[in-house]
Order: sequence, then structure tokens, then C-alpha cells
Amino acid sequence: MSLTGPDDPTPASRTVLDADQISRACARMAHEVLEANRGASGLVLLGIPTRGVPLAHRLARAMAEAEGGLEAPIPVGSLDVTMYRDDLRRHPTRAVGRTEVPVGVDGAVVVLVDDVLYSGRTVRAALDALGDLGRPRAVRLAVLVDRGHRELPVRADHVGKNLPTRSDERVSVRLAEVDGADEVTITRDEA
Amino acid sequence: MRHLLSAADLDAAEVGEILDLAEEMALVQSRPVKKLPALRGRTVVNLFFEDSTRTRSSFELAGKWLSADVINISAKGSSVSKGESLRDTVLTVASMGVDAMVVRHMASGAPLQTARWFAELGLGVHVVNAGDGTHEHPTQALLDAFTLRRHFRAQDPDRPDALAGRRIAVVGDITHSRVARSNVELLTTLGAQVVLVAPPTLLPSGVGTWPVEVRHDLDAVLGEVDAVMMLRVQRERMSGGYFPTPREYTVGYGLTRARLGLLRPGAPICHPGPMNRGLEISGDAADSAGSLILDQVAAGVAVRMSVLYQLLGGQDDADGTTGALR
Repeated sequence: MSLTGPDDPTPASRTVLDADQISRACARMAHEVLEANRGASGLVLLGIPTRGVPLAHRLARAMAEAEGGLEAPIPVGSLDVTMYRDDLRRHPTRAVGRTEVPVGVDGAVVVLVDDVLYSGRTVRAALDALGDLGRPRAVRLAVLVDRGHRELPVRADHVGKNLPTRSDERVSVRLAEVDGADEVTITRDEA
Repeated sequence: MRHLLSAADLDAAEVGEILDLAEEMALVQSRPVKKLPALRGRTVVNLFFEDSTRTRSSFELAGKWLSADVINISAKGSSVSKGESLRDTVLTVASMGVDAMVVRHMASGAPLQTARWFAELGLGVHVVNAGDGTHEHPTQALLDAFTLRRHFRAQDPDRPDALAGRRIAVVGDITHSRVARSNVELLTTLGAQVVLVAPPTLLPSGVGTWPVEVRHDLDAVLGEVDAVMMLRVQRERMSGGYFPTPREYTVGYGLTRARLGLLRPGAPICHPGPMNRGLEISGDAADSAGSLILDQVAAGVAVRMSVLYQLLGGQDDADGTTGALR
């Protein structure tokens, strides 16, 4: 059965990740980040609001567990990219989220965390925002869902789930901290 | 938001949005790169028919830190000194293709009139009132509210609605003060109770209809309020006869060193500047631990960034882009 076939009988909305799968995906990404970085030293996790922020906190907790306790907790912050978006002029004035970066990013390995990677434009904006805060030694990208359809040369380093989608489908990530429950669903726009 | 002409145009939710965004903007002031790209390609003109240091320079910094192009035009050194009318000046500048005009003028209502001319001609230029005569100075009231909200939140973090229920004294030359009018509007909108303290000669005739308490006994009021806002005695707007001598004004209504002891512990002191030290406020008060006067200046940039972003950060209004002259 093809996920993208035109005669696909799938219902208008379906769950592609449940709470357990999200939890396992986060644990695996946490391990991957630690492996790639050879430990937790120098790491700073920056979530992109809204749902990247709780994801970043989950990854930090999972890393602390995986390492069996760290000398210092991994710094976690939020990086709002609204002012750096390339589509500001296409919408009514957008609300701006919080930027809270707990430590300097100069020389750090910054892991940007977001829920869905799609066009890549949010990540482009995040890289610009980060550049105004300092000069990290390296920047990595961790996303819970990569749904394809990139419009910019952007690639994630750590992916919870690769999800082939059609562009008329909508991927919704719900997280307990924001939405009351953990779930990733795909909805087809009934156009 | 199309224009910002009066503090009375804002409801509590809108004020909250502006102040919350200003908190984010304030963080930019402490960053290595003081620049956000949000208004790249937008042009802001500061059109100042009256002298100003902090308002003009903070609007200029606010625009520049948001990546807008900013130019300053003052009456001195422009065609205004050759006798050009307000209408001709603002339409000339607007025709160059600017996106926002920040207007300070000695005549009450000049920014509103400017906005009306733009509407008549279908020009989509946003107008910000940076002080008009004795009418309003809405961004000053916003930065005062921002400064006080921060101060009260730091004192009492469990009370996020920091200004509601507070009693705030506004002291001095109410008649000539656009700062007082905007603050009465804004603080009342936010649920605070404003107490105006002034000699009868410096209270406007319609003050009975304002939602405020009017008092003449500063000594008693100081112990009853959560904050005190001193106003500048505006000698340039006075034709004389408002008080016998500066010395008598200070004795009755100045925040002297002796009066500092009458304030509630921790009650902050604000002044919109520029100060007449020794007249409405003593050096001891201005430089005391409770003084928020420099916090107000810092807040001015953040609040004006927030206002410019609210006006210019999104797509152009459908009715604002028609552009063509009728």
C-alpha cells in the first residue's frame, strides 16, 4: 500500500507516531547526539518555539539518563525565529515568541531542535538568528519528523521519523507539555 | 494596528501585546549584535517640529535595530523654517515612499490630522504620535507602564497583572503635560488608579471628567501611593502666572530630599525627562535607589521597537497599498 497513492483509502486523519514511539524516537536521538558529539561536553540545545522547546528539554533529560548523570546539566534554551522569517510580509504581523539562551553560544556545539522539518525555511531563519547571538563551533539539527519537500539546501543530522508526505497533507505534532497529549498525525486537506 | 495616535486607542490586550514584545526587544539591547532583520527594506521618518533628545534618538535606534532605514527631519534646517505648511511638509515626505512617519509637533492633533490627509489621498503611511502639543505622548506612557510593570513584577513575581489595583501619583504641571494625559489613559486601561497632584493653576479645566483622583497635598499623597511620577515644569509653554516663584513651586510640589522619607518603602520614582533638577525634582530624588529614570530611557528603545514592529512587521493592509492619488 502506498502512502501517497492517489487512490489511497486512508482516512482523512491518521496517527503516524503514538506516545511510546515518540518517546523511543527521542531516546534514540539523544543517544545519536551524544555519540556524534562524543559525550555531552560543549552541547547547548536550543528549541525553536513552540514545540521545539519542550522537545529540547526532553532530549536533554534523555541525554542525562543515557550518560547516567552529568556533572552539569546540558543547557537548554529557546530560539525564536519570527523576526528572521522570509515570509513576514506575506502575513499579518506575527506574534513573536521567547528567546532565552542560558549560556553563550560562542564555541559551543548548538543543537537546534524542532518538531517538523519541511521547507527548511525555519531552519534558515534559525541559523541567521543564531549568528546574531554568537559564533558556535558547530550547529546540528534534530527534528522529530522530517516530512520532505525541502525548498532550501537544509538537512537534519538527527531525525526521529522520516515521513514521506504529499504536499497537500498536514503533519500535526502534539506534545503533552503544549497540547496535553503526545501524538503525530497526518491530515489530508479535503480540497 | 494602522497608526498609534493616542493611548486611548489601545485596549488592555493590545497594551499587553506591545509590552510583552518589548520585553523580547529589550533582550536585543544586551546582545553582541544589536540588530533584528524584521523591518529590512522599510523606511521610517522621524519628523520633529519640536526639540527632543530621548524620544527622537530612541525612535531612531528602535528603527535601526529592527533594520529599517531611518531618517530624521527637524524643523530647524528644513523647509519648515522657510514657512512650509504642515500639510505640504508631511505630503512631501510621504511622497518619497516612506512606510512610517513619527511625528512630534507643537500643535495638539497634528499627527491625527496627518493621518487623515494620508487616508484622504490613499497613502499607506503609518503615523506614530511622538508628542503633540499638550495632547498626548502615547509611547511615553507605554514605556512608563513597561518600566513600572517590570519593577512591580520583580518585587512581587506572583502578581503578573502587575499594574492592576496600583495607586500611582502623577505630580506637577498637568495642564501642559501630554505625558500626563497619555498616562491617565493607559494606566486606567491597565486597571491602575491615577492620583493627580498639582496646584489648582496647573490643572486643566476639564479634569473633573477624567477617571482620576485630584489632590493638592503632596505630603499626604506620597505615603498612599505605590509609585510617583514627577512631571517637568514646562516653562516654554507657560505665559506666566501659574505659580508665584519657582521656589514656592518646589516647596509645595517638588520631590525634595525631605519628601523622599514620606514615600512608602520601595516605591519607585519616575520622570519623563528632561528634568529641571532643583525645581520639580531634587538631585537626591533623581539619583536615589528608588529612581527608575534611567530604566525609563532604556525601556523607551524597547517599547518603540515593539510599536514599530506592530505597525510595520506584517503585510501591508489591503486598504493601505492602493497608493494612487485620488
